[in-house]
Amino acid sequence: MRIVVCVKQVPDPSAVIYDIDKDTKRLVREGVPLALDPGDEVSLEQALRLSEATPDSTITVVSMGPEKATEAIRRALAMGAHEGVLVSDSQIAGSDALSTAKVLAAAISRGPYDIVYCASESSDGYTGMVPGMLAELLGLPLLSFVRHVEVQDGRITANRVIERGYQVIESSLPAVVSIWTGSDRARLPGLKGVMSAKRKPLEVLNLEELGLDPATVGESGARERVLELTDVEQRAAGIIVPDDGTGAARIADLLQKTGAV
Amino acid sequence: MVAEHAVWVYGEARDGRLTPSTRELISRAATLGSATVVLLGVRAEEAAENAGRHGTTAALVDPNPAYDQHLTTPAVEALCYLIRERRPHVLMFGASYHGRDVASRLAARLDCGIIANATEIERSGEDYRVTAPWGERTIATCELTFPGVRLVLFRSKAFSAEEKPSRCEVEEFQAPLSAEAKAVRIVETAEEESGGPSLSDAGVVVSGGRGLGDAESFRKVEELAQLLGGAVGASRGAVDAGWRPAADLVGQSGTTVKPSVYIACGISGAVQHMTGMKNAKVIVAINRDPDAPIFRSADLGIIGDVNKILPQLIEEVRRRKEW
Ligand SMILES: Cc1cc2nc3c(=O)[nH]c(=O)nc-3n(C[C@H](O)[C@H](O)[C@H](O)COP(=O)(O)OP(=O)(O)OC[C@H]3O[C@@H](n4cnc5c(N)ncnc54)[C@H](O)[C@@H]3O)c2cc1C
Ligand SMILES: Nc1ncnc2c1ncn2[C@@H]1O[C@H](COP(=O)(O)O)[C@@H](O)[C@H]1O
Repeated sequence: MRIVVCVKQVPDPSAVIYDIDKDTKRLVREGVPLALDPGDEVSLEQALRLSEATPDSTITVVSMGPEKATEAIRRALAMGAHEGVLVSDSQIAGSDALSTAKVLAAAISRGPYDIVYCASESSDGYTGMVPGMLAELLGLPLLSFVRHVEVQDGRITANRVIERGYQVIESSLPAVVSIWTGSDRARLPGLKGVMSAKRKPLEVLNLEELGLDPATVGESGARERVLELTDVEQRAAGIIVPDDGTGAARIADLLQKTGAV
Repeated sequence: MVAEHAVWVYGEARDGRLTPSTRELISRAATLGSATVVLLGVRAEEAAENAGRHGTTAALVDPNPAYDQHLTTPAVEALCYLIRERRPHVLMFGASYHGRDVASRLAARLDCGIIANATEIERSGEDYRVTAPWGERTIATCELTFPGVRLVLFRSKAFSAEEKPSRCEVEEFQAPLSAEAKAVRIVETAEEESGGPSLSDAGVVVSGGRGLGDAESFRKVEELAQLLGGAVGASRGAVDAGWRPAADLVGQSGTTVKPSVYIACGISGAVQHMTGMKNAKVIVAINRDPDAPIFRSADLGIIGDVNKILPQLIEEVRRRKEW
């Protein structure tokens, strides 16, 4: 099984408040702690389990981002992926979801694959648009918001989350699978994994090497423009008190005041 | 005067009835131009009958069962077909799981832009401006710079559903569907019918997290929710532990809620959870850790043992209700 996992480096959601630079109108990614997107860790975990259950499997992680994103790829390699590809080019900055999907599709199409994993949405942009776009550009079925998959005889069956329950869906391979980010906990890389990750192949490509016209991606290819940024109104500080036996009554008072009781 | 635009909504229905999100969207669409709702699937016609209640003047329905039997792509092909034939100005989607899939795939097929996570849309001359949160402390106003249809995907609860009866013309069409459209087959759909209001619509949401300790303690959350006529939510801590189904998850990966009152019981307040509930009007938190991040957003926070406070709260509420 040849498995591709799309992973992205993001400002560490557990340590950073996501702020927008008012001048560049882009997310602040410099001078903040960065991490492999925890949602992508979850989809990588699913890929690792599939690969462990299927003899002769390889996992290639594919990412688009600045040079520094090699760190996130190294982490994926330390968790157990076999090789990494990073598309990095100054002209990619400011890409929208469709441009991102075009770059990823070009990188993925360089080699054979059976299954492409994404997270259902990223932690920083959370547009959730890339998986569907990627499937469309690759001309493949999309199995989305998936909790777990089973692969047998070239077909894939998946459990998909829906608003009030779940669905069982199935298709042929190759296919794109977006993993529901609430689905699983990812493993931590062990010391052995970290050591071996340093020796695993990691290729860095620019747009020219990918054969993509810079005019179609990045800022120049963007299909939307930010006109204005405004600050969100902050919540006023609340009343936080230790329970001295009247906690429940205090809550009940508030519920009464709001009309909930 | 600005010309009247064709503003379309990709409608979704459940059991032959428009979803709350669809009703919200068509209410807003009707204020922007002549509102048309597209409805697909065997019970589309039935759902279309109610579309006029919210100001819709036309419904385009295709009752082909393929839409119910296969994921995403049949709807993408139908929309593509309709857009090429009739050239609407705007196509609005709701951010349901299905809505996100269809919108993203369609944007790639049309090679056009899309604005996701939108919360507002307004006319600006002959075009539109769309508002969407960006980052945790900013809201961006954007426009689409590509020619053609404006695709916008709205968060649930961006608008309220308004009653505004109008005559709705129902027109049936038949989109030609390719063999590839049927690539992903829906083998089984399992939906839970909960008694009370649905999570996304409830005025009160009582949510529980890992701090409750076990499934038995989670019953108290259910009891309080029922007493308040609200819905039960869960953090991933509680879903992972198997105390509640995935459908109850509140947050980035789950449902976005916007109730009048949100009560978080034994939930730490991780950013992924907060994304889904921070727009509640009033947030109440019970947590024994004074440094739990949930307290930073709470209007009222009680530092203490949830398993002690919840039963007392249930008693208090019951007493005041009888009173
Ligand atoms: C990609 C991704 C997406 C995610 N999406 C979501 C999402 O959509 N929704 C979501 O909820 N999470 C999501 N998560 C998980 C999230 O990061 C947290 O791990 C999760 O919300 C924690 O759940 P919890 O608060 O129940 O558990 P914990 O973090 O374990 O917190 C339990 C809390 O209970 C308190 N507590 C313990 N005992 C008691 C007691 N007796 N009385 C009172 N308080 C007590 C503790 O002090 C603690 O604050 C996501 C994670 C990732 C990586
Ligand atoms: N720059 C990127 N590099 C690699 N994968 C990405 C990138 N952007 C998005 N993805 C993939 O698409 C998923 C959804 O992202 P998004 O649509 O931006 O919310 C991510 O979790 C990744 O799996």
